[in-house]
Amino acid sequence: MMNKDAIPTLSRMFRFQWEEAQQCHVILYPEGMVKLSQSAGEIMKQVNGEASISNIIQTLSDLFDGADVSEDVIAFISEAEKNGWIELK
Amino acid sequence: MAGLSLNNKNALNPPLWLLAEVTYSCPLQCPYCSNPVDIANYKDELSTEEWLRVLREARKMGATQLGFSGGEPLVRKDLEILIAESRKLGYYTNLITSGVGMDEQRISAFREAGLDHIQVSFQASDEELNNFLSGSDSFRHKLEMARQVKKQGYPMVLNFVLHRQNTDQVEDIIKLAIALEADYLELATTQYYGWANHNKEQLLPTREQIKKAEKVAHLYQEKMKGKMRIYYIVPDYFEDRPKPCMNGWGNVFLTITPDGTALPCHSARLIPGLDLPNVKDHSFEWIWKDSPDFNKFRGYDWMKEPCSSCDEKEKDFGGCRCQALMLTGDAANTDPVCSKSPLHSKLVEDIRRIESNAENNIVEKPLVFRNMRTSKSLL
Repeated sequence: MMNKDAIPTLSRMFRFQWEEAQQCHVILYPEGMVKLSQSAGEIMKQVNGEASISNIIQTLSDLFDGADVSEDVIAFISEAEKNGWIELK
Repeated sequence: MAGLSLNNKNALNPPLWLLAEVTYSCPLQCPYCSNPVDIANYKDELSTEEWLRVLREARKMGATQLGFSGGEPLVRKDLEILIAESRKLGYYTNLITSGVGMDEQRISAFREAGLDHIQVSFQASDEELNNFLSGSDSFRHKLEMARQVKKQGYPMVLNFVLHRQNTDQVEDIIKLAIALEADYLELATTQYYGWANHNKEQLLPTREQIKKAEKVAHLYQEKMKGKMRIYYIVPDYFEDRPKPCMNGWGNVFLTITPDGTALPCHSARLIPGLDLPNVKDHSFEWIWKDSPDFNKFRGYDWMKEPCSSCDEKEKDFGGCRCQALMLTGDAANTDPVCSKSPLHSKLVEDIRRIESNAENNIVEKPLVFRNMRTSKSLL
């Protein structure tokens, strides 16, 4: 089970940004790039090294009219951690 | 180029990967260099202003990954300016360097300019072979630079180009990378273009060497999981399917050579009949979208049999155009690495001959080091 108080931060090796030409968010690393889906992009936008996972779930739920996003957030965060894009503190 | 997601089937993709070969000058003389052997013919280099314009135009078209390469890019005194502007434009900036021409201050100046990553190349894991292959007294300096790169907070990527002379060192190479705390290790197989192709007889490893190296690399890939990512690719000469070269011609990749020529791959200059558009004469957009060169082998319509009816064509795009040219005489042929190519057996035979010479220490051609003097003598 993932600790929802954990705070995700972008790992030193990666950069997250919006790509105008591709109309999507991407994660960049040495000589490589991952295109993110819209929902993954929305979650990554909330990763700022201060917000905890539960904060992120709350913020996104508020943004999307109270939708239950917790499963999506947890699934993405655990995938992102596995790939080394983010670290959990 | 690992990890770029691709789609060659639909609309024209943006040129995601821009390689800026800012100069052909290099203090090293590696005989496996992928630069063309006629480097001595190209004296002109784009000015700072010209590079800045190209970088802006390419970014607008969607270029995201930017590699500064050469030659040795550190030779360019305006590298800091180019990096700063690139970072501002939103590129992920990669510096691909031998480390010669760098010091602690310059690494820190690059950091300030916004450089994202430095890849330091080594020629071998020990000083003697490294210095012999690079034709320079550079090993200790490289070690120092690798440590500085790590210390100053960059992701550290070490690159070793493998060939017959250093493939047996692969375990020592990995151990050196571990000791230097590399985040990524690229065990890059020599690609037989340019100088490397000229020196192929001396550089092509034997199948036995490759088998051993592969085993070691896989062992450490497992062992270092989560700590260091090791890329190891078997030389395609020994495979029976070609590499998806450049992930397809004019699909994601574009090189600008020091004089401003835009190429769909580093070696494309050797293909006869290309116009070789220059960024001094054309907009970046025209070159990528409309130029005859970038459309020549784009997609699948140009293919001949056995490629055109092959169910794997979307996977490997028929392999490498330059290799097809060098080994079969026609760039539109199937890359003969593919066992479906009618000329595959010729390639296999050629490799056997080189292997047998290697095993019997027969030297048909001496190793030629890459420099302007040898370049002139080869012209």
